[in-house]
Amino acid sequence: MNAKITRRHTLAALALAATALSPFAAHAEDVVKVGVILPMTGPSASTGREIAAAIKLFQEQKGDKAGGKKVEVIIKDDTGVADITKRLAQELVVNDKAAVIAGFGLTPLALAAAPIATQAKVPAVVMAAGTAIITEASPYIVRTSFTLPQNTMPIAQWAVKNGIKKVVTLVSDYGPGIDAEKTFVATIKENGGQVLESLRSPLKNPEFAPFLQKAKDLKPDALFLFVPSGQGAALMKQVSERDFAKEGIKVIGTGDVTDDEQLNNMGDAVLGMITSHNYSADHDSPENKAYVAAFEKANPGLRPNFMSVGGYDGMALIYAALDKTKGDTDGTKLVEAMKGMSWTSPRGPISIDPETRDIIQNVYIRKVEKKNGQLYNVEFETMANIKDPFKAAKAAKK
Amino acid sequence: MLTVLFDGLAYGMLLFVLAVGLSVTLGLMNFINLAHGAFAMAGGYIAVVMMQRFGLSLFWGLPVAFLVTAAAGAFLERTLYVRLYDKPHLEQVMFTIGLVFMSVAGVDYFMGASPQIVNVPDALDGNIDIGDVSLNKYRLFVIAFCAILTIALQLGLSKTRFGSRLRAAVDDARVARGLGINVTTIFALTFAFGSGLAGLGGALGSAIFSLDPQFPLKFMIYFLVVIAVGGTTTITGPFFASILLGVADVAGKYYTPNIGGHKIQIGGFVIYTIMVLVLIFRPQGLFGRAQGK
Repeated sequence: MNAKITRRHTLAALALAATALSPFAAHAEDVVKVGVILPMTGPSASTGREIAAAIKLFQEQKGDKAGGKKVEVIIKDDTGVADITKRLAQELVVNDKAAVIAGFGLTPLALAAAPIATQAKVPAVVMAAGTAIITEASPYIVRTSFTLPQNTMPIAQWAVKNGIKKVVTLVSDYGPGIDAEKTFVATIKENGGQVLESLRSPLKNPEFAPFLQKAKDLKPDALFLFVPSGQGAALMKQVSERDFAKEGIKVIGTGDVTDDEQLNNMGDAVLGMITSHNYSADHDSPENKAYVAAFEKANPGLRPNFMSVGGYDGMALIYAALDKTKGDTDGTKLVEAMKGMSWTSPRGPISIDPETRDIIQNVYIRKVEKKNGQLYNVEFETMANIKDPFKAAKAAKK
Repeated sequence: MLTVLFDGLAYGMLLFVLAVGLSVTLGLMNFINLAHGAFAMAGGYIAVVMMQRFGLSLFWGLPVAFLVTAAAGAFLERTLYVRLYDKPHLEQVMFTIGLVFMSVAGVDYFMGASPQIVNVPDALDGNIDIGDVSLNKYRLFVIAFCAILTIALQLGLSKTRFGSRLRAAVDDARVARGLGINVTTIFALTFAFGSGLAGLGGALGSAIFSLDPQFPLKFMIYFLVVIAVGGTTTITGPFFASILLGVADVAGKYYTPNIGGHKIQIGGFVIYTIMVLVLIFRPQGLFGRAQGK
């Protein structure tokens, strides 16, 4: 099966190369197409909707011109299924002649599109998926979201600093969850802490009760949680049922659990929960205040979350790269232009690591608090310019 | 340990209320209704809308969820299902799975894809401590509610006139008709009642597990396992099967054995193992009678 697919891709790539060389293409089309593949329906639809709204907002604010060309965004729905992502990526590259593909709501979806990016030499901007290894899957992948190790390490360090010795971890059993678990466990152990148990719940699990009960019975100092965007509310409801505070167990996690989009519906049970993450809608900066106001005005009832900001910054990166190449859409040149790019995003200062093509950003420690009757993740500590620890450790070994 | 049993019991009871309607339509009316989960989802969303839009408590949500889904069940039975009673099972499966996909897409469109949050009424919020065991009030309520419901169902089927008419209609519809029993009405009422129970289960369960448009697909497997293990000819069969599965599922997830340094997550497949074993040794289900006809 592999051989067949590879041949088809080679053909696709050849066809592309042929059009690029043919005299007709020399007309230098004035339109640059950006193919965005997102889960707009299905279980991860909230990710798709947040990112699509952010992309729309970006184009409304900054216009549709970059590098002297008109940027046309085509959004396709992969429903969160990797096979469809791959097919759509191929269609976008071959039929629509997209110069850049982007989006990718979940890790398996990003990995499915990676070979297409490599063979067609088209940059793939990952706006959502968070497993560390994604950028290694293709030299054409650039990431504007975050990595799980990047977001997890700070809360682990915070836990160590705050006298937490014994921990239990509970994560969703798939790429990012395992990334989060490994990072958290490693940091705790390095600092002399003790990991009593590492629990993994199936990704599609309607019942967290047994895992939470197990965690409670082990009586750790803290319980670390990770679930993907969209599942936080269900998890936190069951957490509040167990009354961890009474046993003196702190509940901490990555910001995925207290996702801005759902936070307000979680109720007072999450008040005081400490998490670490790259973005909070409450982030105190003029850029973010403007962003949140514009986003909420364009999308009544929807609060921008970390997914949205990944999409917004992804567009910013594509625009800046096009400006830098003066409208040249050659994939290799675009990726080169993206490397090392730095700017101020609503989430704070960010840049693209020239070595790994992954994002370098601040990670904030936050506490859930009530502000004007609404729940927010209020940042109280900043860990500046965090590189993905997973790849940093790898580089250090070399 | 006791808490695990308690959580498993609550989970099993919920499964029972959700699945019993399916057991009735499948076992008594010989109709495969895979869209059963869609009625459960409808009940859950009705409760959500009642609480979020109209600010009513879950106590009101439960009866309304029951009545509205029962009415919807009756309507669909009269307009759509009735045409498929004498069709082969494959056609029934195709038809009802189509309904499931329509319900998933419809709810996604109108209510959004993100999971809905149902807040438990204040009276049922929190835990009761009995010795070392801390029991969640809402789960306690679910257990008590479902236990009463089960007894009522069992009595209703075995002791009332409607129950005996239904059993007669199922055993031999032609003879029952000849005796002046209105079989069509009885089937419609039974179907509506089963749908209503699913809706009630969905509303009850919405406060425990997350309710999203994928609900009918996620739970279809569980329903079918309950029916396969419990058999379809009695009420008690699916009841004990649900309890068994609920406890086994929760306990399987709680106790993760450590084999050779690797954590083996048995939780996910305990219930399937039980199902396979039951199907091998008692294909009619643990509590089912051997097929009569």
